[in-house]
Amino acid sequence: MSADILTVTDLKKYFVIGQSGLLKREPITVKAVDGVSFAVREGETFGLVGESGSGKSTVAYTVVGMYRPTAGTITFRGQNPFANKTRPLALKKEIQIVYQDPGSSLNPRRSIKEIIELPLRIHRPDENRIEQVVRLLEMVELPPDYMYKYPRMLGGGEKQMVAIARALATNPSFVILDEPTSALDVSIQGKIINLLIRLQKEFHLSYLFITHDLSLMRNVASRVAIMYLGKICEVAETAEFFRNPYHPYTQMLLSSIPVVSEEEEKLKPQKIISTGEIPSPVNIPSGCSFHLRCPARMDICSRVDPVMIEVEKGHTVRCHLYARASESIPPSEQ
Amino acid sequence: MTVPPLVEIKNLHVHFSVYGGQLKVLDGVNFVMRSGEKVGLVGETGCGKTTTMKAILRVLPMPPARIPQGEIYFKGRDILKMSEGELAQIRGRGISMIFQDPTAALNPVFSIGEQLEAVIRYSSDQKKPLSPQEVHQRAIASLQEVALADPERLLRSYPIQLSGGMRQRVCIGMALATGPELLIADEPGTSLDVTIQDQILRLLRKLVEEKNTSIILITHTLGIVREMTDRVYVMYAGNMVEVAATKELFASPQHPYTRGLMDAVPRLTGGGVSDGIPGRIPNYLNPPPGCRFHPRCPQAIEICRREKPPTYKLSEAHEVACFLYADNGKGTQSS
Amino acid sequence: MAEQAAIRHELAANLTVQQIKQLERRSRRESLGRAWYKFSRNPLSIVGVATVALVVLLAIFAPWVTPYPKHAGAFTDFAHAKIPPSLEHPFGTDQIGRDVLTRIIFGLRSSLLMGVVVLALVVPPGVLLGLLAGYYQGTWIDTVIMRVTDIFLSVPPLILALAVASVLKPNLWNGMMAVSLMWWPWYTRLVYGLGVALRNEYFVSAAEVTGASTAHIIFREILPNTISPILTKMSLDVAWVIIIGSMLSFVGLGVQPPEPSLGTMVADGSRYLPDQWWIAVFPALAIVVVVLGFNLLGDGVRDMFAAEEI
Repeated sequence: MSADILTVTDLKKYFVIGQSGLLKREPITVKAVDGVSFAVREGETFGLVGESGSGKSTVAYTVVGMYRPTAGTITFRGQNPFANKTRPLALKKEIQIVYQDPGSSLNPRRSIKEIIELPLRIHRPDENRIEQVVRLLEMVELPPDYMYKYPRMLGGGEKQMVAIARALATNPSFVILDEPTSALDVSIQGKIINLLIRLQKEFHLSYLFITHDLSLMRNVASRVAIMYLGKICEVAETAEFFRNPYHPYTQMLLSSIPVVSEEEEKLKPQKIISTGEIPSPVNIPSGCSFHLRCPARMDICSRVDPVMIEVEKGHTVRCHLYARASESIPPSEQ
Repeated sequence: MTVPPLVEIKNLHVHFSVYGGQLKVLDGVNFVMRSGEKVGLVGETGCGKTTTMKAILRVLPMPPARIPQGEIYFKGRDILKMSEGELAQIRGRGISMIFQDPTAALNPVFSIGEQLEAVIRYSSDQKKPLSPQEVHQRAIASLQEVALADPERLLRSYPIQLSGGMRQRVCIGMALATGPELLIADEPGTSLDVTIQDQILRLLRKLVEEKNTSIILITHTLGIVREMTDRVYVMYAGNMVEVAATKELFASPQHPYTRGLMDAVPRLTGGGVSDGIPGRIPNYLNPPPGCRFHPRCPQAIEICRREKPPTYKLSEAHEVACFLYADNGKGTQSS
Repeated sequence: MAEQAAIRHELAANLTVQQIKQLERRSRRESLGRAWYKFSRNPLSIVGVATVALVVLLAIFAPWVTPYPKHAGAFTDFAHAKIPPSLEHPFGTDQIGRDVLTRIIFGLRSSLLMGVVVLALVVPPGVLLGLLAGYYQGTWIDTVIMRVTDIFLSVPPLILALAVASVLKPNLWNGMMAVSLMWWPWYTRLVYGLGVALRNEYFVSAAEVTGASTAHIIFREILPNTISPILTKMSLDVAWVIIIGSMLSFVGLGVQPPEPSLGTMVADGSRYLPDQWWIAVFPALAIVVVVLGFNLLGDGVRDMFAAEEI
């Protein structure tokens, strides 16, 4: 097993979105991320899955430095990126991000050349820039004359390739992929995904892959973590995860996915159907935040927030059902 | 033929005037559905799905849109030749629509009650107007139908006070409140989270089955089509390239485009993802001659570059517009 | 490896020689064509651009196109005063015998000059302050800039202009200064709103997390995206500035006689209403035409930058 490249420990990120009360002004906080811990290993793809409001993007944006954590620590190769007021340039070079919508992540008024040149200018000022831009375009399988195009002249997939080229321009070792294909058609998705996998092997990149698409995750991630309302509720190796989903929310998520074949249908937990609304992150339910929607809810769930338990080697779940980890019942026998 | 089909589109062409000329978006679309059917319409972004549906409702902005050719029949009457009055009747009680984004479909400054009751009032028989109590009762009934608790309070609330899932439920309730014969659902629930989308789709399926409403489901998600429909049309660049019973289509897709699309879907069973379909949807200003798919088609042959493929019948309900099947049956020229 | 790099380099170098220029030219031509298509789809925009072009040309070539260029200055000919419109004097003559048409055309000069100079004075600082406040949204920089802007916006513009013009010597230049003083906050407001929105775009975040400087983000990433709304506002604002300039002249605080100005002409001519109506009505109509022209042009510019419908 390779070493951890990024460790996130008890990360919390709260946003103050307003104030309540006329006289006694109390801040209204959104606990976007509320005590998240995980580690990404050197060279792997760590999948972070969740629905809107789960805080998965907030985790990503905090790691890349768009936000400062409210509490908790992030360690990148033994270094704390938040040790100083501003992040050292060397770390900005190492940690890069590809955003969800290439329509908004590429400046419409700048040419592809200018877009890819920026990180080169900052991090590799001594190299021949035109040559590097050509090399980067080639790397993402785009012809060199795309340099002189503007984002609006490109298709969605091509734009995302440019965004990937820009992220790789600094020669990073860790890339955050924030739903890199969810704004694209499925016919284009495959090409981007396979490109990302190829580049990962070629440059020994580590990925933090954020998505809401479990089917996609099955095919790209080495390990998967599920987030719900600012907390991680289950982590496991991908194959194990899909074979044995423990957490009731994971099961609900799996059962909700529209699939295209009978074989996949068999993988979906049949007995669980999705109910209830996702609560607002401003008003997170007490105890286990999922208890209102949980089909296996017990008394304790509304009172006590469960802790992470390792139910199998490398497979952890945050649920009272498995509190006695040693004699845990596999979900299929419930 | 004594009973005409519910909807029949014959050789529909729609063009848009833009800088540089005409976008030839729809290129001879043919489509038939009977009453009570649940039909899916799948294709990539920009393939003309929504344009086709807007043409059925006659809500395309003209200009820039133009219909140089084609007929659209609703229960045997040509929609394109109807007067505004006849059209208003069809839009009210004949055809309803649900949109992808429930937030945009509801007016933020009116309460749910005002909007829902207005829909019920306008679509009721104008000769026998409903009393305010009746309208109110019907509004409550239609919210109960979409499984929303406390309808009285809901009628007084505004869209912003509801979650995305609740708004989509309200939209479904509103669309079905008038008792339409046909419901057009444009990517229902795709803007919502997957667990909520699942609830919405199950609700929608339950309601259309109970009321025996016909439905056209527009989506780019193949999984949704598989779970929701009886028959599927696959659309590419303004043409219907394949139509089949849902089961048959998923078991044995025939058109190279349909196959590419199926292969591209990541599977829960794993095994990696295919590269998908190379290239992108053509520019409608100068679409490729012959089959519009040929530049992206791995099996393109000489004739594909020159001629537009006719539709070949593979079985009773399975038709493909592709020259690979020329030997397979009697091709029926489509345009 | 080295060989490949060399090939690539050559490839890129070859591109730089011929193809770049061709590619850039082609993309520029296409953008221009598309812009003109969108602009010209509304026939009124064409009317606007034609009117503005005609007005600008008349103003520039006033000494050569006017029938009585001498009448633009201190000229009197009481023998031919107050002549109604005729072939010789299409818009008639004024109370001291000067050709009204000539004076209108010369009057356009000061109106246009005012529009151009005021905008040139107002736009750069207004935009800069807006960019800074937008980028530093929520900090003290934002607070200081935007509150000062609010203070300027809360002073009634015409009164401020009148005050300035009455303290200083009333003439065209001081009038322009006065108008400029009250005009910049509108650009700050406009750009501030755009900047706050653009600041949260992912392309700005992408530049930030990669280590781009603040100057780069403000001037290279944000500013280019504010140009279209600024241009749209400018073309509509020319009309406003001309109206305000005419108002200042009307009350005697702008252009001073005998220099011709549309505002002054309407003011002087109004004393001869309704009998010698042409002295006031034609300059008033000229103001209407110029203002309408710039407004139509501005609408066209707005259409030009609007997103594609399809």
